[in-house]
This record gives sequence, C-alpha cells and structure tokens, in this order.
Amino acid sequence: MREIRYREALREAMFEEMERDESVFLMGEEVGHYQGAYKVSEGLLEKYGERRVIDTPIAEAGFAGVGIGAAMVGLRPIIEFMTWNFSFVAFDQIISNAAKVHQMSAGKIQVPIVFRGPNGAAKQVASQHSHSVAPFYTHIPGLHVIQPSTPRDAKGLLKSAIRSNNPVIFLEGETLYGVKGEVPDEGVDELIPIGESRLARAGADCTIVTWGRPYYTVLAAAEKLAAEGIECEVIDPRTLRPLDTELMVQSVKKTNRCVVVHEHWPYGGPGAEIVDRLQREAFDHLDAPLERVTGLDVSMPYASNLEDKVLPTEERVIDAVKRVSYAK
Amino acid sequence: MMVIRRFEEEAARNYAKGKIGGFLHLYIGQEAIAVAAAEVLEDRDYIFQTYRDHGIALARGMAANVAMAELFGKDTGCSRGFGGSMHLFDVERGFLGGWAIVGGHLALAAGTAFKSKYAGEDRVTICFFGEGSTNIGGFHEAMSLAGLWKLPVVFVCENNQYAMGTPLERTSPLKDLSIKAKGYGMPGDRFEGHDVAVVQERLAKAVDRARSGGGPTFVEIQTYRFRGHSMSDPAKYRSRTELEQRKQQDPIVVVREKLMGLGIDENSLDDIDIEVDEEIDAAVRFADESAPALEDVMMSTVLAREDGA
Amino acid sequence: MAKIIGLPKLSPTMEEGTLVAWIKSEGDEVEVDDLLAEVETDKATMEFRSFDRGVLLKILVPAGETLEPDVPVAIIGKAGEDISELLAEVAAGAVSAAVSAAVPAAVSAAVSETVSAAAAVSAPVSVPESGSEGRVLSSPLVRRLARERSIDLHTVQGSGPRGRVVKRDIEAFPGERDASGGAPALRGERLPARVVKASSMRRTIARRLTESTQTTPHYYLTIDVDIAPLVDARRAMNAELEAAGKKVSLNDLIIKAAAIALRRVPEVNSSWMGKEIHYHQVVDISIAVAVDEGLMTPVIRDADRKGVMQIAEEVRDLAARARDKKLQLEDMTNGTFSISNLGMFGIEEFTAVINPPEGAILAVGTIRNEPVVEDGAIVPGKRMRFTMSSDHRVIDGATGAKFMAALKTLLEAPSTMLL
Repeated sequence: MREIRYREALREAMFEEMERDESVFLMGEEVGHYQGAYKVSEGLLEKYGERRVIDTPIAEAGFAGVGIGAAMVGLRPIIEFMTWNFSFVAFDQIISNAAKVHQMSAGKIQVPIVFRGPNGAAKQVASQHSHSVAPFYTHIPGLHVIQPSTPRDAKGLLKSAIRSNNPVIFLEGETLYGVKGEVPDEGVDELIPIGESRLARAGADCTIVTWGRPYYTVLAAAEKLAAEGIECEVIDPRTLRPLDTELMVQSVKKTNRCVVVHEHWPYGGPGAEIVDRLQREAFDHLDAPLERVTGLDVSMPYASNLEDKVLPTEERVIDAVKRVSYAK
Repeated sequence: MMVIRRFEEEAARNYAKGKIGGFLHLYIGQEAIAVAAAEVLEDRDYIFQTYRDHGIALARGMAANVAMAELFGKDTGCSRGFGGSMHLFDVERGFLGGWAIVGGHLALAAGTAFKSKYAGEDRVTICFFGEGSTNIGGFHEAMSLAGLWKLPVVFVCENNQYAMGTPLERTSPLKDLSIKAKGYGMPGDRFEGHDVAVVQERLAKAVDRARSGGGPTFVEIQTYRFRGHSMSDPAKYRSRTELEQRKQQDPIVVVREKLMGLGIDENSLDDIDIEVDEEIDAAVRFADESAPALEDVMMSTVLAREDGA
Repeated sequence: MAKIIGLPKLSPTMEEGTLVAWIKSEGDEVEVDDLLAEVETDKATMEFRSFDRGVLLKILVPAGETLEPDVPVAIIGKAGEDISELLAEVAAGAVSAAVSAAVPAAVSAAVSETVSAAAAVSAPVSVPESGSEGRVLSSPLVRRLARERSIDLHTVQGSGPRGRVVKRDIEAFPGERDASGGAPALRGERLPARVVKASSMRRTIARRLTESTQTTPHYYLTIDVDIAPLVDARRAMNAELEAAGKKVSLNDLIIKAAAIALRRVPEVNSSWMGKEIHYHQVVDISIAVAVDEGLMTPVIRDADRKGVMQIAEEVRDLAARARDKKLQLEDMTNGTFSISNLGMFGIEEFTAVINPPEGAILAVGTIRNEPVVEDGAIVPGKRMRFTMSSDHRVIDGATGAKFMAALKTLLEAPSTMLL
C-alpha cells in the first residue's frame, strides 16, 4: 500500500486498463494535448498516442454517441465529460441509446462504455456547473452508476467499470481529485466489484450512509460525535445503481437508526431510494425516523457563504444524528 | 422491392386489425433506396436506420416472418418483442437498428465507423435518416465529428418531402440539402430515388469513397412516401393530385417497366408477385401463431451479463 | 392575547388524566365549549371542553400522555400570534416543576421541536408526526419489542419527540433490562414477573377499596332464597315481552327487589359521613360492571320508582357505555347502595367490599339447582344466596337482617313487589 491522490488513482486505472486491453480508449474534450481539464488523463497521450487518446470538439452529444456506437461493435470507450454538467446535452445518447439498446435488441447488442468526469459542486462555480447528477442517471434501468469517495475505490471501481459489459456512469469529484488515500501498489490488479457497499467506520449507535464529497464531512462529524459518546457506523454504498443495501440493513438492525447524507437534492434520487429500502427492510428495527442531510433544495448560489450552507455540513450531520438518537 | 411493398401493405392491414400496436411507419414509395443500398453494401458493413426501418431490414435479408413477428410483438420476432416496428435489429447482418429519436442515431453510425477506423477494419457504415433530422443538433454533431475524423460512413438523407406533416420549405431554408455537406468538410450528392438502378450507382460512389479512406459523404435522395407519416396520419397536408403525380414514379412501376423494356416476360414478373404474396401471407400466419414475448427475457436483458455469456 | 391551557380537573377525584385524543388540531378555530380533547380519568373518558375562544395555536402534549391537572397542554390565541414567549414559559415551567419527570420531558420536547423548526436550515425532512387518535406514539422497533415481550405501550412513558416511546424507554422499563434483543428465556429458566404500570383506573380502585376495608367496619349477612318463583316470573314476563323483542334479566328483577327492600328498610339506604349520618331520600343503585381494565359502577337512579323494563334498558345501556369507556362522571357518582353479581361465574356466595360512602353492598351468587324439602317431600328446587356487606357504623346487625328478610320475601313472592 502507498498513498496517492484520487486523481492519480483514476489515471492509474486508465493506464492499466489501456495497457491490458487494446479496445479501451479515452475520448473527450481536452483529454489529450491539454492533459485533461483536471489533469486526470495526464501522460496518457504520450503513452498511447492520438489513436487512443482522442481530443474532441465541444460536442458532448456527438462524442457520447460515437462512443456508444463504437461500444456497440466491440470497443470499450472511456468518454470523459469535462464535468457532468455538460452531460445534459448528451442525455438522449445515454438514456435513449446506451441504456436501451441491449434490451431493445433482445440482448444481442452490448454497450461496454464508461462515461466519467467530475460531478457535483466544486467551489463557487455557480448553479450551471454544480449539479450532482446521480438522481438523473440512477433512475435509468440499463445503467450502472458509481460514485467512489476514496482513491482506492476510485481505482478499483474504474477498472471494474471499464471491464463491465454495460454502460457505466462514473461520478468523480473536483474537490476529491486532490484527496490522498491508500491504494494497493502499482501492478496489483485490484478490482472492486460494482454493487458492493463498504463499511467505512464501525459504530454501534447510529448508522450513516454517505458517498462522494460528503463522505469526508460525515467522517469528521463522526469523530466529533464519538467525543460526545455517540459512535456512528459509516457505510459508503460506492455504487448507487445497482444498490447494495445488505450492509446498511445489517447495520440499522444493530443501531436502530440511520441518517443518509448526500450532496444531491432531496427530491428523489439514491438518497430517497436508500431511505425507502431501509424502511421496508429494517422497519421493525427502527427506533427513529430515517433522516437525510442533503444539498438544500435550491439552485447553487455563487456566493461562498451561501454555497457552504447549501452543501451538507458537519453541523447538520451532527444535528441529524442527535435527533434520531434522541440525544440533546 | 415487392417483398417490402407487400410486407408494408399487410402490416397496415394487421395494424387496422389491432394485431400490431404502437407506431407503424411504412416505407411504401421509398423501396428503391433500401434495395439499392443492400446491393451496394458488403455483408460486413453496418447499417443504421430510423423508425421507418422495415424496408432496409428486409432488403438486407431479414426473413419476412421474423420481421412481421416483431411487429406483432412476439418472441419469434427479430428483437423478441422488445423493439417492435421501430426497433428492428439484425446484428448478424450488420443491421444495427431502427432508432426512434430523430437525429439520435447519426452519432452511433459515426461510432461504428470510428471503430472500423480504430481497428483498421474494412467496414463501411451507412446511416439513413429523413430530411427532418437535418435540423436537429444530433445531425450537426455527428456530421461534424465524421467530417473531422474522416470516418468511413455514408449519411443518406431520404428526403421524402415531409417531416411528419411539415413540408421541406417550411422546415429548411435550403431546397438543396446536399450543400450542407460542405459545412462538414465532406462531399455531397443529390438525386432522385425512384429508379433503383440510379440509386445503386450513386450510392456505390459514396460507399466506395468511404471504403477507400476518402471519408464520409452526405447523400440526399429525393423520394416520396405514398402513405402518411405513420398509421395515425391521414396525410391531409398534401393534395390528392400531388400524390397521384408521385405515384406515376412509383419505384415498383418504374422497375417493372424497365425490366419489361429489357425483354423480361410479364408473366415471370407476375409469378414473382404470386410468390411474394405467399411469402408475406405465411409471415402473417407465422407472426399470428407465434408465442408472445417473454417476461424472463425482459428481466434478463436490462443489463448485459458481466461474465460475457 | 394567547394563553396557556392547562389540563382541567374533570372529576372530583381526578389526580391525573390521560389525553386520549385531541379532537381539535393545531390551527383549528375554537369556540367556548367546543370539544378540545378526550381525557381518560380515573372514572371515565371525559370531554375536555374549551373555556376560551380563538385558534388552537399549539398542542403541547400529544395524545397518549398522562398528566396531572393544570399541566399545560395547549395554547389558544389569535391566528398568527407569536407564542414563542409562552413556549419558553412552558419550557421553563416544565423544567423547574419536575414533579413528574416524564411529562415535562414530553412537553419540552414538543416545545423545542417547534423552536428549532423555525430556525431549521436543514433539508425539509423533519415532518411533525400526527399524534392523534389516542394511539401511543412509538418507534417500529419499540412496537416489535412490545409485541415480543407483551408490554402494553400505554403503560410506558415515552421520552422521544411528542412523547414517542423509543428503545431506551423500553430498556428502562421495569423488568426489561435486556431489551436490546437478547435471546428469549430458555425453558425451565425462572421468568421474572411481567411488570406493568398500573392504569389510573386501577390505581383509583386500589386506593378506594383499600380505604374502604381499612376504615369501614364491615360485617356480613348471608341469606338463602328460593329463587324459583322469580325465575318463573321472569319467564312469564319474557314470554310477554318476546313480541316486542325485549327481555329482562334476573339481575334486573333483583335490582328492583333490592330497591323496594331499601324503601321498606330505609336505614340501610344511608351513609356514614364522619359526624353525620345521611339517610338518602332517593334509591340510587350502583351496579358493578367488569370492564377490560377493572371495574366500574354506573348508577340506576330512582330504581325504586322505575319499572323493571326501564331498569333493564338502563342497565344494558350503562354496561355498554362502561365497556366502551363512554360513561360520564354523573353516570357513576352518588349511588346510595351497590349490587355486585358474580352468579354468571358460578360463584355460590361471596362478600363484597363496600363502595364508600354507601352503607352497604349486596353480593349475588349463582342459581343452585338442588333438592329441597317442600311439605315434607324432597323436590327439585332453585336456590340463590345473597350476602350483604354492611357498614356497622350506620347499619346494625338487626337492621341489616331486617333488610335481608324483606328482600327474601320480595324475591320469593315477586307479586308482592307490586304492593
């Protein structure tokens, strides 16, 4: 094990998979000569050349569609959206084409493609550039949706995503790219399975389910709560579709309460889905209503002070945990 | 061409009987284009079409009974009842689908062409769409990328004069759509589509260009559909006179006269008609008697298996 | 000007009441004498009517809570009025009072929820729960545990928001130390007693009967009555009544007979009131009715002056209302004499505890079919034993015996009741 950044973990995953499989290529805006808008693809062009590291014009619908078409006939494209906000102009390609053709062709055509890029708020990039898109894509049967929080998960899951025979929505985070964490040594081919939750912190008093950027907010809040005698168990689903609730249900059966913390808006989405499943699967074990701490139900303001309020904060997590724990 | 014509007529009849549901878009009047394209293409090539896709599927060799069964929503259909009229697929013959979001499949065609280039394969992609597609963004982005990357793809605009019910002069500032090609750095061509021999000759040029590394071509074929946009369209937006005039150029009448001019016996042409009638009747019977679509297939085809099986 | 509404004292003996259900909701208009809530007292479920006019601005205590009189339960005022000061006052009062620890906790929880809701920045996920309809608010976990351990949640004090019973309340419940899901006891293991908090009715019964046996000098007179004539009379009456779809019970006839006997021996219809003896001018007979949680004693007024039919109808109505907890206070107070009948259980004879300040209670046994000697011959007979418990302070032995003899005469010759 060594410590590397989330960005480097993603880059290693792409290097290793492109090395392993000739059919894997990277396509997107500024992925080649510019070295990636967020430097995730740095060095890939030098290694694999313009044939496999392809700069595109600003045409998300076009290059998303090209990727899907190429995947339909056997390639394994990695399509980078400079940010997921720009995926909306390619929404039809992902939903009407990538997610549908397998079933529409009675299973004859597969679309092994990864769409990846930074998701959610960065810092003061305002409403059009701060979308947390998981709710849109998790709604769609025929897609996998992955949102890793740590460098290790980022690498292991991206490798699994590239090898998947299905279209994968891979949600990274601009503010996560610099996060450091332990990752197996280079050359260790660790594949983290799609659709498996991970226990991030053990505790007996309250379960918290979280992923993405708020993962770190929650871990910090959990330490503060521990100092007050409330031990939180933190579970990161890592994959939002298919959703693995087994670990969460087990945990809630132990703690009898749960707070779900996510960046996306409160209306629907994986947060609401988790709450729905937990209330069904752990109903007789609940001692308190399931609560959520979410991004506030507003468009993201530019002003820094307000942006801080919109995103889940430690204070809101702590308040919610105390509320469901009936603690003062 | 007769197979397509008769297939479409029987499809219409069975739609009226309630055996076929949803949307049904007929190819009657445009048959020469599909037949010519199938002649020009190699077996390994890829084909994309819109929802008006029965013609090309049949021309490419899909059995009429398999196509009809799909329209009937049966497990024996080419897409096992998951696609219907608008989403025929025949992957083994390189027919990669009927697609039903206008302009959405052009980029896919650029994608399969991208793969041919990436993998150094000698496969051309041909992509059909209507003139209505030329106004949507998907057209623009796909053409841009195909032109930019010199992809081996032929974009065939079947200009049947009406985007659903709106005539071309009310949807486009251009009468000659083929000049759009210039904007994407590719050659354009434009011709009438009622004579199968002409279509074959002109399409061959574009396909050869793609195959020989000359990049994409945009081809506008002027054609006419004798039926409405779909079965629910009474086609009141065009005059009886216009339709009758166009029927003078019915591709089937044209080819029949041409063949007779070449000395082919009319009786032998009639024999073909009878043979086709029997084939299509059998297709309807096959579709009608087939088992309905299956629930377990539905559940198992949402996602592809990860073990590759 | 908004004001805090306290729980009213709805019966003279009410030491606490349970808010069974709020009839009005927050935001409802309230007129004077409008029904605000139903309150279960030691006596019955009483109507809690408003003395104020305005809008019900805040319910401070959810249904299911048991409170002492005057504990703040609601705030009534003008629509939109600022009640934050009143809420603070309630919260402060609740903390300082600390008489009954659990109740103020519920109140302050409700208050703090309101206060924090105004300032909440978090996502709108904290929706207040409806706590109406008299059900105990409890978490799903608690409901499961209660099912598994046969705990009546009405008897558990909830410490969660709005009085919700939560896991820790079950854990703190006597005998439920191992509430976190421990294995059920193995066969052969000694199980501890199941401990249940006594209801207010139960506690009232306990207090009053203890008081009665400790302060009232009871003595008992038993008499055996040939009940065959009464049984025959009843059969004849019911045959007549059948067409009208009505009937009378033996007990109805016994009530009537006792009422007449009380008229004939009025000293028994009396109460010891410390320095006075009250000889009642009316004959109001309390009937002991067993209900789910205990015993109630609705009163048949002027039983001596009512026909048996009317007595029969009143008994049925009162018993039904007793079981439905619909009795009003006035249905149960100021009886002058009680009758308790355990005949339906096959009890031959028993002694009952006097219901103060009444002077006596008549305990009725079952009909015994047994051989009797009649004119020197043994014949089948029907007998019934009556035992009267009397308060010796007002009823001497001979007076009591005179009453029992009068009763026997009436029962054995029912037609004499008409005299």
